[in-house]
Amino acid sequence: MREFVLWFDQYRESDKPRVGGKCASLGELIAAELPVPPGFAVTVEAYDTLRDDTELRSNVRKALAEVDLDDPDSLEHTSRYVRDLIEASPMNPEVERAVKASYRELCVACGVEDVPVAVRSSATAEDLPDASFAGQQDTFLWVRGEDAVARAVQRCWSSLFTARAISYRHETGHDHEIISMAVAVQKMVHPKAAGVAFTLNPTDGDRSQIAIDSSWGFGEAVVSGEVTPDNFLVDKVLFEITRRTISPKAIEYVLDGSDSVEKAPVPDDRRLAPSLTDHEIVAVAKMAKRAERHYGRPQDIEWALDRDLPEGDNVVLLQSRPETVWSRKAPRPVARPGQGLLDGIVSTLLSPVHTRDRLATTEGSDM
Amino acid sequence: MAERRFPSPFEVEGPAGSEGWEELYTYSLPFSEDRRSYEESVFWFQDGIHWPDPLTPWDATWYEYAIASLSQYNTRHYLIPPALGIDYRVLYGYAYLTPVPVTDPAEIEARVPQFMERAGFYFMNWNDLYDRWVTKIKDLIAEMEAITFEPLPEKEEMEVITEGRGMGSGLKIQEDYRRLLNLALKLWQYHFEFLNLGYAAYLDFFGFCKEAFPNIPDLAIAKMVAGVEVDLFRPDEELKKLAEKAVELGVEDAFDAPSAGDVFARLEGTPWMDAWNEAKYPWFNFSTGGGFYHQDKIWIDHPEIPLGYIKNYIAKIKAGEDIHRPLEQLRAERDRVVAEYEALLATDEDREAFRQKLGLARTVFPYVENHNFYVEHWSHSVVFRKMRELGNVFVKEGFLESTDDVFYIKRDEINEALWDMYSAWAVGTSPRGTEYWPREIARRKRILDACKQWNAPPALGEPPEVVTEPFTIMLWGITSDSINMWLGAGDGDGGGDLNGFAASPGVAEGPARVILSPDQIGDLQPGEILVAPITAPSWAPVFGKISAAVTDIGGMMSHAAIVCREYGLPAVTGTAFATTTIEDGTRIRVDGSTGTVTILD
Repeated sequence: MREFVLWFDQYRESDKPRVGGKCASLGELIAAELPVPPGFAVTVEAYDTLRDDTELRSNVRKALAEVDLDDPDSLEHTSRYVRDLIEASPMNPEVERAVKASYRELCVACGVEDVPVAVRSSATAEDLPDASFAGQQDTFLWVRGEDAVARAVQRCWSSLFTARAISYRHETGHDHEIISMAVAVQKMVHPKAAGVAFTLNPTDGDRSQIAIDSSWGFGEAVVSGEVTPDNFLVDKVLFEITRRTISPKAIEYVLDGSDSVEKAPVPDDRRLAPSLTDHEIVAVAKMAKRAERHYGRPQDIEWALDRDLPEGDNVVLLQSRPETVWSRKAPRPVARPGQGLLDGIVSTLLSPVHTRDRLATTEGSDM
Repeated sequence: MAERRFPSPFEVEGPAGSEGWEELYTYSLPFSEDRRSYEESVFWFQDGIHWPDPLTPWDATWYEYAIASLSQYNTRHYLIPPALGIDYRVLYGYAYLTPVPVTDPAEIEARVPQFMERAGFYFMNWNDLYDRWVTKIKDLIAEMEAITFEPLPEKEEMEVITEGRGMGSGLKIQEDYRRLLNLALKLWQYHFEFLNLGYAAYLDFFGFCKEAFPNIPDLAIAKMVAGVEVDLFRPDEELKKLAEKAVELGVEDAFDAPSAGDVFARLEGTPWMDAWNEAKYPWFNFSTGGGFYHQDKIWIDHPEIPLGYIKNYIAKIKAGEDIHRPLEQLRAERDRVVAEYEALLATDEDREAFRQKLGLARTVFPYVENHNFYVEHWSHSVVFRKMRELGNVFVKEGFLESTDDVFYIKRDEINEALWDMYSAWAVGTSPRGTEYWPREIARRKRILDACKQWNAPPALGEPPEVVTEPFTIMLWGITSDSINMWLGAGDGDGGGDLNGFAASPGVAEGPARVILSPDQIGDLQPGEILVAPITAPSWAPVFGKISAAVTDIGGMMSHAAIVCREYGLPAVTGTAFATTTIEDGTRIRVDGSTGTVTILD
């Protein structure tokens, strides 16, 4: 009995070959009780049903056999042809049923009619490294409605046959006939506020802190650097907010009437208002700490406050990847090698400890 | 831009009516022409933590004994390498201190091995020496308690003759007073026997944490070293136990009686009264202030104060509230915090150093936290009681109009007053003191009343490059930040924010209540925010009522900060200007995590 859909929250490690890397990591995060938006994987078995269509198989095989790999036009033309074939052929009815039913279930679970989802490829093996896909062609955002979702899944499948993918597989000797893929269908967050967080202070590498950048609307504003975000520094052990900087937040990315995301000016009353309450700041920090614990190293996180979730429980994790700047540096020890306890005390007494900024560096320097 | 410095002690204008104030103190205490060039060239800060009000002549004894004793340990005992003592003066009745650095690098170098040997001995043998200290202090207190001051008799007792003693009551009263003074000085020698070293160890751990984690909140470090069961909180614990006992025995109604005497009359002979008598000595030898001013009320002498707190606790118990501090939870939380910061350190060597330094900080901390009760509260209570006994003798002789007038006589002058009294008694005529002292004391009171009107500047003289004396940093909280804040005070930027130390975490909003004397703390209403020059440990029982505390003075290790942390009360200390900027009833927001106070109205 073939299983065409696997929910992220049912994920087990043994499922990895069937759901691919992206779905696997989302499943692991959910298992670690991190607040990842819900969704399901369309498994490799679903993709494999394409091969049941013998006519499709034969047409694809023929086109791929005839392509001139050294001619970019030929490659492009063949890719387009194969992709159109795949996208036009009817989905296996059982697969279609499974995908649409799961999507309806997701809507109910989220309490949102025609819940917007992201439909993304989830690579399954070394013969399909992420690098072989051009990102735009295998990611569909803000898809709504079960028909659109099914179509998006097919378009993900067809992205196995981008020009680059075809050429890559030929060079590496992988057989088009046996490659496969999974697709991740995940709720998209409609954010009240969003941003990034580091599980260390990016200014000085202090590992005892969590730094949060936050602004209104979609996280694009912060990630792209178009907005000067609010910045908060939170102590990782005590969850004390040790520093707050509220910035004038001039623009935000919001949904327009027709379900597309666009840039708009922030109304005056919100420009200087903090984009996060203290409770929310601590919630984001706590989540970031859990993500760091899960991965065992400092993280660079994207998060959002989901409007569809209840206040006080609406922080979601969108992405978590290793922090790369400070983690690459050699750890800078504090203790002086071979220094005894008493030597340490002497050394402390001799250096002007605890003074924060030296008087000489403050204003009024014409003393 | 004008050179940033503070006014010279010689240029600052004093209040009208304060002329002659110098005569109220030891000749070496006021600023003077004799040492002007030195005094003008250094930095002085007003010690608002211990001596926020003008000093009466006898109370200045504690000031001199305390600061000189502190100093000798730096200078002559442990030889703290970069620091000598703290010099101290009085200006218009107010206490001003300056840390004295060792300036010659060669001398600093030379002091290092000697410091290591001397301080090393104490660090290695700390627990033993501390146990002995507790015994020494208790013995000293017992010696003080044994002193009594009685009026000189009409005639000496027959035993003086039949035992062939060959000396009289007049000698005894003078000897007893001198012994009391000597014991008081010895008390302060004991006080600082460990404290300087304790602060040095604490400073070392503190510095390590700040270097490893530049953004770590100060209070996180304080949390890691803090003791969970501390003698300083014992008086409050005893109050809670007495409240529980009252409820257990069903005698709560007795606390509605109008006066302490009435309450005791109703509880006479009950097991509750026995429990009270058990608890009060020594635990109610507890000052409502810092223990340095004779006018600060002491619980055991003013039982209406602890009885009032007990009544509040009874109300809480009856309302179903848990009045106890959750010790297990506090310990567990402290352990968690330590484990997490340790795990965040970069190397194994760092973790080892962290454990060692924390270990030492934990060893010294019980002394650092407990000594305050034994010295400033218990011992001082005894000394003030004895001085009042002496005051009563003078009142009977007609030297004073009321008991507490004795504190308007300088400690050495008391010897002369006793001589005058004894001599007249010996000769059989009138002392001069019955004319002299009432007149002189009235004059001194007028002078001090004038001094009370003065707005004592927070600092005088030349701001320092760096501060190295450990006390100045840790207890008084004098850092470059605070100095800068004082320097900027004249700029009048008038923003709605005050900044200080993030002494105890949490955020609260509410109406401010500005408290300038311990007598006012009864005025506090539930949910109000206490704004005071400094708080005293004995105010802890009101901390359950208020929502936050803000002080003018005090660093992370001031008792105000320690107590607020223990009681989970958000607090910002060392704002410099809270009591002069915030008005009663103004809504303010206190953020004890970032150290900011925002005026909302």
